Amino acid sequence: MTVGLFIPCYVNQFYPSAAIATLQLLQKLGVKVVYPPRQTCCGQPMANSGFEHLTQECNNLFLENFAEFDYIVAPSASCVLHVKDHLHSTEDPAKAERVRSKTYELVEFLTDVLKVDKLAARFPHKVGIHQSCHGLRGLHLAQMSELNAAPFSKPVRLLHMVDGLELVTLERPDECCGFGGTFCVAEEAVSVKMGKDRVSDHLRHGAEYITSVDLSCLMHMEGILQRNKSAVKAVHIAEILNATR
Amino acid sequence: MSTRERILADVLKNQPSASPLPDMSAFKGKNQDVVATYCEVFTGIGGKAFRVKSFAEIKHLIAEQFDTAQRIITSLAELSDSFETLSTDVDPHTFDDVDVAVIEAELAVAENGAVWLPEQRMGQRIVPYICQHLAVVIPTERIVPTLHEAYAKIGEGDYGFAAFIGGPSKTADIEQALVLGAHGPISMTVFVLE
Amino acid sequence: MEKVEKDHAALAEEFIKDEERVDWHDGALWWIRQKRDMAAKNIPEWEALREAASQIKNNVLSNLHDYLLEFEANVTKNGIKVHWAADAEEHNAIVYSILKEKGIEQMVKSKSMLTEECHLNEYLIERGIDVINSDLGEYIQQLDNEPPSHIVLPCIHKRKEEIGEIFHEHLGTEKGVSDPTTLTRFARRHLRNVFVTRRAALTGVNFAVAATGEYVVCTNEGNADMGAHLSEVQIASMGIEKIIPQKKHLGIFLRLLARSATGQPITIYSSHFKKPREGQEMHLILVDMGRSRQLGRPDFRDSLKCIRCGSCMNTCPVYRKSGGLSYHNTVAGPIGAILAPNLDMRKHADLPFASTLCGSCSNVCPVKINIHEQLYKWRQVIVQEGYAANTKVLGIKAMAWTLSSPTSYSTIGKAGRWVLNNIPFAVNNKFNPWYRQRDMPDSPKESFGEWYAKNEKK
Repeated sequence: MTVGLFIPCYVNQFYPSAAIATLQLLQKLGVKVVYPPRQTCCGQPMANSGFEHLTQECNNLFLENFAEFDYIVAPSASCVLHVKDHLHSTEDPAKAERVRSKTYELVEFLTDVLKVDKLAARFPHKVGIHQSCHGLRGLHLAQMSELNAAPFSKPVRLLHMVDGLELVTLERPDECCGFGGTFCVAEEAVSVKMGKDRVSDHLRHGAEYITSVDLSCLMHMEGILQRNKSAVKAVHIAEILNATR
Repeated sequence: MSTRERILADVLKNQPSASPLPDMSAFKGKNQDVVATYCEVFTGIGGKAFRVKSFAEIKHLIAEQFDTAQRIITSLAELSDSFETLSTDVDPHTFDDVDVAVIEAELAVAENGAVWLPEQRMGQRIVPYICQHLAVVIPTERIVPTLHEAYAKIGEGDYGFAAFIGGPSKTADIEQALVLGAHGPISMTVFVLE
Repeated sequence: MEKVEKDHAALAEEFIKDEERVDWHDGALWWIRQKRDMAAKNIPEWEALREAASQIKNNVLSNLHDYLLEFEANVTKNGIKVHWAADAEEHNAIVYSILKEKGIEQMVKSKSMLTEECHLNEYLIERGIDVINSDLGEYIQQLDNEPPSHIVLPCIHKRKEEIGEIFHEHLGTEKGVSDPTTLTRFARRHLRNVFVTRRAALTGVNFAVAATGEYVVCTNEGNADMGAHLSEVQIASMGIEKIIPQKKHLGIFLRLLARSATGQPITIYSSHFKKPREGQEMHLILVDMGRSRQLGRPDFRDSLKCIRCGSCMNTCPVYRKSGGLSYHNTVAGPIGAILAPNLDMRKHADLPFASTLCGSCSNVCPVKINIHEQLYKWRQVIVQEGYAANTKVLGIKAMAWTLSSPTSYSTIGKAGRWVLNNIPFAVNNKFNPWYRQRDMPDSPKESFGEWYAKNEKK
């Protein structure tokens, strides 16, 4: 099995440590991972702004980079959801469809494909989990609080395998943080207010770290934490699952 | 082309291809404990429920619960010896000073506490709304588990007006603070008659 | 009528300045969302009910032409006069002509979003007709000369002290009185006098049954009935999409409506109007107002399934933080944002962007409208139709160009971290609003791509 590692543009530029943790974690679990160097972006920032018609080049590039792999894995629910919902090709629709169906967010790849049931990880901290909306409601990584349906959570299942980690309970376990792509600047006031309120739920419940399957949510909340000189840190779930200290 | 014709033509042109109605046969409630459930739900929505065995008991409770010096009207023959019989052919405005109206419901729904009142049972449409306190008699055998059974019974039954009423009139428009008695009755009492 | 000068972002920013109010607003609506969750989880077949409701509405939309004819025939047979209105002007003129013919100069109205959409009150007041909104929240909004900020909770954005002040100013209550029960009692006495003196009453319509020609109006306050049963002329205004096929379908919708709206098992009053009472005249106005056009938009026609429960507003974090008036549209929140562009795309071009696309709205929707997907699709339409701001178009084009080419991407990335000032989500390129209240992540020494080339590539 060869996995193509899809590292979204902003993760590549800002959060190489999360990308490295993703790579190392997959390698630890015996997966052969290749990072195609000519990748850029899934096209989501354009598409969510109403410019999906400008994403064809991004789509073609994505297909060119990833079509050959057995699976494509990314440490970003949001980008994966975009690929799954919107990656298309006018020349070869079947190819786009194949790529869409084998693209996975890291956590769901670990639970659904690798069927991981133990991890050699240690992270002795109180952690609050932020359910990214695209991970939750788009990829269905956990049960959504709105539905009358049996609860489950793939990220929580994995975090429970981490030695020493204590999950904190939040008042609003699946509320949006307000990042929302270009929303975070176009609607700056609302975005920041939403972010502050999400962060404060974690702070009130004693989290030392806020984790998530999406770095975009974390970047937004981290930006608020840092501006307010908080000691609480944002950390991608891959870094926790790969931690050994 | 008239407006009517234009709207209908636009709708016909734009409506999607046929989509079937769903099978509703799976929607039904359980018949056990409908009376207890009804009383519990109705109390939960701010109503008062009494389980009674006779009209004598109802009369006694009305005298106990309400100010009998005020105007109390009823459409029930069984209560006509104690209270004013409401007349169906007067100006509805004349009910403005009614304190208590006692009427009989045709159905009650356990899951939501509502009673079904076709206008024949109201006497006049305005009665259950304009009174300060509404009291309703419901024989236990007319309580159904859910709205599905209720509508099955209501069927094509004819009425000019009918309503489900589930509790005293209420509002929470000011800071979400619940206030009973917005425009309609301030209280609603149900006598569940066995 | 009203001129929109500020978009959602600007209006929201103003609302957010009063953080104590926002926190209260957010908390109050979240509490309602929680009550909705409890009510939904009390019904084991909840998700099946939503599915059935969705299918019934699909069936309605696909047979709307025939159902309208069936409904019209039955309503007429029941002795109610049917009118058709293509737009607000026509609707308002019909109402006015009914009143004028009877020589009526005062009317009481219960909650009807459609007549808000039509700006009926302004129309009638200009022609000398006195109209009073009798739903308490709407009455308060009318006194304060503001539209409702929420379709179910019209004055949820106001604090009780402000309402006390409005009552003091307009109704002469004692200054400083803000207790909700005292204020409600006062309004009750005041409005009862209105109900008993009005000869005409207008209501909205929640559901209209094609097979029987009756219509259902749901309220908690009893105001629709107080008006209707004391009036000599009763008018009902409904959008043509309010039709349902048969009476038994009410069982599905009435189980869903109040639980979704407020967590109540049913609204206090679900009134089924079928025939006029002795000596009374009833009119029913079927209004299009863009609905037939929306029916012809395959991506957006599902928005017509809406039963106006307001649950998408209560769950929407953007709505909760920004307040309903920031949407500058009769129907606010997520559902308003997918309905409004159909009516006036230029005026409402900002609304589909007033969302993080979190998707909670679609999950609470009792008729399963894919609201957040429609928001995404409206964004595409609005851009294609040329309603996006020019600066944004240029920014996104530059971004698309950069991201389309691995070479330009890595060159720009390396050259001083292009992303720092020009990150993909920061394209609207004024003075970058990200920094106002947030820090950017520390810039790492190397990108993952650079690290990988050094450490992993063999």
